[in-house]
Amino acid sequence: MTDQKSFPLPSDLKVVPGTEGAQAAYPYYAQFVPEDDQKFWFYNSMHFPEPMHHFDMITAEAAYVALGAFNTRVHVLPTAKGIEHRVINGRVYIGGVAVTDPAEIEERVGEFQQRAFYYYENWERLYDQWKDKMKALIADAQALPKPSLPAYEPLETTHTGKGVASNHALLDIYQKQIEGYHRMWHHHFEFLLLGYGAYMTFFDFCKKAFPEISDQAISRMVAGMEAEIFRPDEEVKRLARRAVELGVDAQFTDNMNIDQVLADLDALGNAGKEWLGELETSRNPWFNVSSGDGFYHYHRSWNDDLSLPFAALPGYIEKIKAGANIERPTEQLVAEREQLVADYRELLETDEDKATYDQLIGLAHRVFPYVEGHKFYCEHWYTNLFFNKIREFGALLAEHGFFGPQGREDDVFHLNQYELESAIIDLMLAWGIGSEPRGPKHWPAVVAERKAAIEEWGKHPTSPALGAVPDVIDDPAIVMLWGITRENLDTWLNEGVENEKELKGFAACSGVVEGTARVVKSVAEIGRIQQGDILVCQVTNPTWSPIFQKIGAAVSDIGGSMSHMAIVAREYGLPAVVGTGTATQRIRDGQRIRVDGGRGVVTLLDEERVLEEA
Amino acid sequence: MNPVAWFKEVGIADRPTVGGKGGSLGELTQAGIAVPPGFVVTTSAFEQFLEALEARAPVRARVEALDPSDLEATVALSEELRRRVMEEPVPEAVAQAVRAAYAELCPAEEPVAIRSSATTEDAEDASFAGLQDTFLWVLGADQMAARVRECWGSLYSVESMTYRRKQGLPEEGVAMAVVVQRMVDAMCAGVMFTRSPLTGDKSVITVEGAWGLGSAVVSGEVTPDRWVMGKITGEISVRDISDKHARQVPAPGGGIVEVANEAAIANQPCLTDDQLMALREVGRKVERHYGKPQDIEWALDEAGHVFLLQSRPETVWSAKDASAPVKPVEANPLAHVMSIFGGGKR
Repeated sequence: MTDQKSFPLPSDLKVVPGTEGAQAAYPYYAQFVPEDDQKFWFYNSMHFPEPMHHFDMITAEAAYVALGAFNTRVHVLPTAKGIEHRVINGRVYIGGVAVTDPAEIEERVGEFQQRAFYYYENWERLYDQWKDKMKALIADAQALPKPSLPAYEPLETTHTGKGVASNHALLDIYQKQIEGYHRMWHHHFEFLLLGYGAYMTFFDFCKKAFPEISDQAISRMVAGMEAEIFRPDEEVKRLARRAVELGVDAQFTDNMNIDQVLADLDALGNAGKEWLGELETSRNPWFNVSSGDGFYHYHRSWNDDLSLPFAALPGYIEKIKAGANIERPTEQLVAEREQLVADYRELLETDEDKATYDQLIGLAHRVFPYVEGHKFYCEHWYTNLFFNKIREFGALLAEHGFFGPQGREDDVFHLNQYELESAIIDLMLAWGIGSEPRGPKHWPAVVAERKAAIEEWGKHPTSPALGAVPDVIDDPAIVMLWGITRENLDTWLNEGVENEKELKGFAACSGVVEGTARVVKSVAEIGRIQQGDILVCQVTNPTWSPIFQKIGAAVSDIGGSMSHMAIVAREYGLPAVVGTGTATQRIRDGQRIRVDGGRGVVTLLDEERVLEEA
Repeated sequence: MNPVAWFKEVGIADRPTVGGKGGSLGELTQAGIAVPPGFVVTTSAFEQFLEALEARAPVRARVEALDPSDLEATVALSEELRRRVMEEPVPEAVAQAVRAAYAELCPAEEPVAIRSSATTEDAEDASFAGLQDTFLWVLGADQMAARVRECWGSLYSVESMTYRRKQGLPEEGVAMAVVVQRMVDAMCAGVMFTRSPLTGDKSVITVEGAWGLGSAVVSGEVTPDRWVMGKITGEISVRDISDKHARQVPAPGGGIVEVANEAAIANQPCLTDDQLMALREVGRKVERHYGKPQDIEWALDEAGHVFLLQSRPETVWSAKDASAPVKPVEANPLAHVMSIFGGGKR
């Protein structure tokens, strides 16, 4: 590697002045150290596009604990071990641990084949078992009681000889919840890499056989049809249809007051009550879907905040009344997929290739239900239960004054997981002793400091990567999960040099659209999106699907051809460019842009006018 | 044999009498693909004419006696024979048949294209290299008849005769058919490859096009717009819109002339997505008909209807096709995943 451009070193990144205390409160093992300058890191803005609350760091930590264990020691990936993570200014950087010693790779190949091949061979059985495990884990979490402290222990404790007082339950619930969360991430990675790997094998074969095939065409050949991830949106469509059928559709209008609508429906008689019954059916479990990607406590589920699904209802109702069939034509989609697979097969030259193609598409179809479906159980349903349980601790602590007179339950997320346990023990002690806890004097200042730090960090864009770019990125996990390739690192390095008016990313779904950019940095801003706007965001996820009917195109900072945004954009035929690196930083809200989803290019159109306004 | 054959009466198998181009246009017509109507002046017409020429003075014997390295003699003979082809009377039966067909094709003397249509594959390649002739926007029966003679005469061009002599091909059986075809006043035109010229990928269709007649694209005088689309999916993955400075249009008295494109259209794509999809449909249909990838010339008339002007089997990549598989077959299909997980090892 000669003197080429490179990213700043980790040691070049400075903690934003005034936030040193908040930075130091992240775990010591996630702080950059001087040796980290030797390694290549990239900002994981796909999963962590916003500065991390201290508690939320557990989403990175638990995920990397499990990912590492499965890559390094369970499946034994030949060329890659786990992923290291660091946090600075609230931004999570990650870097892979490659295996380079040929002898070690050889040894790991043998291990891998014994282990991974077993999974592939028994995929359906193991996946069914996986769903049972996940559902049991979810049931365990649902069974955890709400933490509370009575004035006196119920008499029952005495009469049953229970021998354990209520303050102990706090620690028990908290530790079980943390344990369950870690366990969920182990389940998550039990199949994920193997699933992506089988998909990528087919993907690579197609790219060799058909050098100019689009990523999109390959994805369409593999895409599952019954995946859980489409289900929440399908439920909203179903509710829209039922509203029309029951004649209660007039209740749903843009900017409706949801509580009022629910009350009105209840008062409306049988039809209204029947619709509310339908709503309950949909909510459990399908509205346990996070309005984010499941990595931030404030990405609430549809069940916690009905505004996202309800925002989609008027549009769907209008379409249904206009006679459109909006529900996914699953059978037709399956038939189209099979036709596509057959048509490409027909183009192959030799019988050998046709045989290989059949094997690879077969394997891809076997693994894909997991790839598409796991998120609903893990990042959405379980994670939602997890954060809500922590929120219950937040409410209890707030009630006991831990966050000051203005304290809110969500302040709890400014404590890291160890600090939270210490606060719980503080409360356990005080309740038992009959004294005042120390927390109310300790935590309000800490929370205020961290709140300010997160706000400050949000104003500072961070480098997409750190350290010297490696010659090749051949860590399958990094390529598959983050879509990071040598090519797009080069593009990131050259950003702003080649063409100031263009951003390049992955072509996720073809089509050319011009429109007004709506730069949405968090889910809370979703309401600003107008019909026909182009959504520009750090990362989208399928639970944003209901707004896909509104927008003309979508652009994201991060995401590969396998990212959920890409999958859903293809499903909706929505032009999309993913993995641009800096779209949310370079595109101004309200700016006119052109999205060419087929080429993976976003063009900034009226930069000048917007600059004047700014 | 009839000196004239309509497109709808002939196919590829008739190459010996209507030539490759004529046979292909006939084949496409019969397959129900929109081709501007026309007829072929068959090799029989040429042979009857040649017979009349030979009756007056030898032709084939003179060519066969030629020393291809004697350029001076070749040039002299070429000039002599081409003059004879242009000037000596055509047998009345032939002339009459061609004029009658023309009158039927062009009741109002609509413009036609006249193209030589060689009967052998070798000659067709020579034709593609520009050794034989194409005349565009030919107006009126007299012009048409003269251009047919010029096509016949091209058999006696210096290049053509030299080629035959060097190959030692007998003159017996050397014949020329000529295509007479109504012309499309093309809004835009170009070429289409049902197999990628870049990578040999059979899953994409590449279309190149520019404003006006296709001759500007075929001759390379204008950098065309270029699109790549999925043959199966129809998804457009590449759009290269070029600065098309000029276009070729019909000249007032016949023939074609180049005019500058107004700035307003020079940088505009010459095809809409719907038109691209229509081209793709036609391309797939032709490819299916022949059972192999095709290189196609197309034009869109003012109303946006797609017409095919020519379709030839793709030759470059077909010749390269090795039988080596994309990926070696694995006894255990799971072993394929090692290409992802194995770091290049297996």
